[in-house]
Amino acid sequence: MTDLYESQRAMRAMRRAAIHRGVIALLDVGTSKIACLILRFDSDTGLPEAEGIGAMAGQSRFRVIGAATTRSRGVELGESCAIQETERAIRTAVQAAQKMANVRVDHVIACLSGGQPRSYGLAGTVLVQGDVVNEQDVARALASCDVPDYGGDRDILHAQPVNFALDHRSGLLDPRGQIGQRLACDMHMLTVDTSVLQNLIYCLKRCDLELAGLASSAYMSGMSALVEDEQELGSACIDLGGGTTGLSIFIKKHMIYADSIRLGGEHITQDISKGLQVSASVAERMKTLHGGVVATGMDDRELIEIGGETGDWEHDRRTVSRAELIGIMRPRVEEILEEVRERLDAAGFEHLPSQQIVLTGGGSQIPGLDRLAPKILGQSIRIGRPLRVQGLPQAVTGSAFASAVGLSLFASHPQDEWWDFEMPTDRNAHRSFKKAVRWFRDNW
Amino acid sequence: MRSLRDPAPSRLAYRLNRLMLTPRFRTFLRYGLPVLIVASIGAFWASDADRRQDAADRIAEVRRQIQERPEFMVHMMAVEDVSDTVAADIRSLLALDFPQSSFDLDLDAIRSEVETLDAVASATVQIRGGGVLSIAVTERVPAIIWRTSEGLTLLDHEGNRVSSLAARADRADLPLLAGQGAHEAVQEALQILGLAAPIAPRIRGLLRVGERRWDIVLDRDQRIQLPEKDALSALRKVIALDGAQDLLARDIAAIDFRNPRRPVLRLTSGAIDAMNDIDITQTTDASR
Repeated sequence: MTDLYESQRAMRAMRRAAIHRGVIALLDVGTSKIACLILRFDSDTGLPEAEGIGAMAGQSRFRVIGAATTRSRGVELGESCAIQETERAIRTAVQAAQKMANVRVDHVIACLSGGQPRSYGLAGTVLVQGDVVNEQDVARALASCDVPDYGGDRDILHAQPVNFALDHRSGLLDPRGQIGQRLACDMHMLTVDTSVLQNLIYCLKRCDLELAGLASSAYMSGMSALVEDEQELGSACIDLGGGTTGLSIFIKKHMIYADSIRLGGEHITQDISKGLQVSASVAERMKTLHGGVVATGMDDRELIEIGGETGDWEHDRRTVSRAELIGIMRPRVEEILEEVRERLDAAGFEHLPSQQIVLTGGGSQIPGLDRLAPKILGQSIRIGRPLRVQGLPQAVTGSAFASAVGLSLFASHPQDEWWDFEMPTDRNAHRSFKKAVRWFRDNW
Repeated sequence: MRSLRDPAPSRLAYRLNRLMLTPRFRTFLRYGLPVLIVASIGAFWASDADRRQDAADRIAEVRRQIQERPEFMVHMMAVEDVSDTVAADIRSLLALDFPQSSFDLDLDAIRSEVETLDAVASATVQIRGGGVLSIAVTERVPAIIWRTSEGLTLLDHEGNRVSSLAARADRADLPLLAGQGAHEAVQEALQILGLAAPIAPRIRGLLRVGERRWDIVLDRDQRIQLPEKDALSALRKVIALDGAQDLLARDIAAIDFRNPRRPVLRLTSGAIDAMNDIDITQTTDASR
C-alpha cells in the first residue's frame, strides 16, 4: 500500500514539475487509435478578467499546441499485446505532436481503457482528535477505509474520496475546519490489471517519456463529455471505443463507478468482415461510410460496392445493400448496449436522481444510434462530444477524442485522490520506529 | 501504390528528433557549432609556426607601407619661442633624423626628454600639417647667480638650474647667492633682496649659512646676519635703523639679528680702539 502511495505521489510530483515547465503530453492509448495532445500551461491566458469569467475549471490555463493521431498497433481490447508495436505507435503519435507543437515534451499523462477496471466503494470512520477536523483527521479517515482484497495481480488506478460525513451530516465536500466528532468518508477505488499497466509504463519508458499520471479512459471520457450539471446530478458516460466500451457514473462531480465492457467498434468491423467476407480495412471503410443501426425502406435500394483487392474480379465487384450492412451491425450494437444496461443496473444507476446517459467515443457516431439507444438504455440519452478546449484542432474535436480531451482537464485540475492527502503521522512514526529497529539490528 | 514503409520512426530517429527539439541543443547548433568550427579551423591553421610567421611578416609589411605614406611623414622639426643655444641643445639632445613616420614618433617621450633640459620649464610637442614636428618651449628665466665651489650657476626664481655662467660680470644685473643649500631658498632670498632695495647698491650678495639662515654681505666687509625665522621683519628693522640712524654707514663689522630680541652690533677693531681712546673726562670737562 505504501509503495502505491509513493509511486502515485511521485507521479503527482512529476505532473507538478511538468506544469512548472509548461509543457505536458497527453496520451490516449486506445484499441483503434493512439491520440497525443500537447498542452502548454501559462499563467497569462489572454482572457480578460471580467465578471462571470472564472477559472473555467482550470481550462483557461492551458492551450493545446500539438495534436496527433495514429492508428493503434499491437493493442487489443485496450491492452497492449505486442509491446514493440505499441511502442512504435506511441512514438509515431508523440513525434507528430511534437512536430506540430515544435517543442520537446518529457512528461506524459496516459490513459488506458483496458485492464478490466473494477470499482470498489470503501467506507471509513474515525473519531476526530480535537474539536475541529484538520488534515490529519481526513488522512486518518481515508486510511481507516478497509481495503477489500482486490487481488495481487491488480493495481489501484484511482482512489478518490467522494463523500465526507461529519456526525449526522453527510455530503460534505471538504470537512476541514468543521466541528464534529465522528468523521466518516466514502472512497471510490478503481483497480486494473497490473500487467496491463506495467506494459503501458514500459512502452512509455522506452519512448523516453516520464510518466506524470495514469487514468482510466472511461473516467476521462466522463470528465470531458458530461456537462457540469450532469456530473452534479448523476449521469453515466458511455465511451463506445474501438476495443472496449467504457462506462463511468458521476454524481456530485465525483466518479462513483467505472467499468469497461470488452466489446467495441472493432467487433462490429469483425462482424462485417466475417459476414461479407471482406478484409478488415474494407469492412472498416464500409462501417464508417455506410454503417447505421436503423434501417429504412430506402436502405434496401441503396447498393454499396464492396470493393476489395483480392484479384478475383467477381469477388471484388460484389454489391451489398445498406439494409444488409445494418442487419449485420445492429445486433452487435444492441449487444453492447444491453451489456451496458446490465452493468448500469448492477451498479444501481436507477437510484440516481437524474439518470442522464451520454454516449460518446468513436462508436457514438453510428447513424441511428440515437434512435436505437433509448430503446435499451432509457429515454434521457444524448450523444456527447468532448468539451471544447483552447487551441484544439478541428480534427480532434470529434467524440472519438473524448478521453484525450478529458486528460487535459485531468492534467490541469486533477481530482483529489487518496495520495494527495498526507499520510497519517502515526503510521509514519510506526514506520520510522521500525526503520530504527532494523538499523540497530543491522549494525549491532 | 501504398507505401509499405513503417510510418513509425525508429528509436534513433525518434531520439534525434527529440534532441533537435531541445532548445539548448538548437542554440548550440546555431551559435556554438559555427564558432567551434571557425575556431578549430583557425587553430589548425595557426598550429604551423611557418604560417604564423608568414602572416606576421605580411601584416608588418602592410603596416609599414601605410605608415610610410607621405601623408604621415615628418620632414622637419621647428623649435619655437626659444633662444638659439637652447634650440641647438634640444636638436642635439633629440638627434632625430628626418624624414620619419609620425607613427614612430612618441610625442610624450620627446616632450619629457626636452623637459629634462635645465633651461626648459615646460614644452609642448605636436605634429603640424605639412609634416612639421613643432616643439614649443617655455624657457626658464635666470633670476639669480649661485656661486659654489664648482663655479657660477644661473638659477631661476624657483631655484632650478638654468645654466652655468663663466664670469660674474657676464650677468652683473643678477644678484649673487653663495653657500650650501642656497638654491633651495631662492624665493626667500629674492624676497630679502626686494626688501633690501634701499641698500641695494651696497649689497655684494647673500650668503646661506648652515643651510638655514641668510647673511647679507655688504661692501666694506659688513654683514647683516638674519635669523632663521622671520628674516624679513628682522631686515625691516635693520633698514629702518639704517634709515633713521644711518647705521650701516658707521664703522660696524656686523649687525647680528640672529636673535631678533637681542640684536648685537659688532664693531670693527678700529672702531673699538677709537672708542677705547675716547676720554670720558674730556667730554665731561667740555660739557662742564
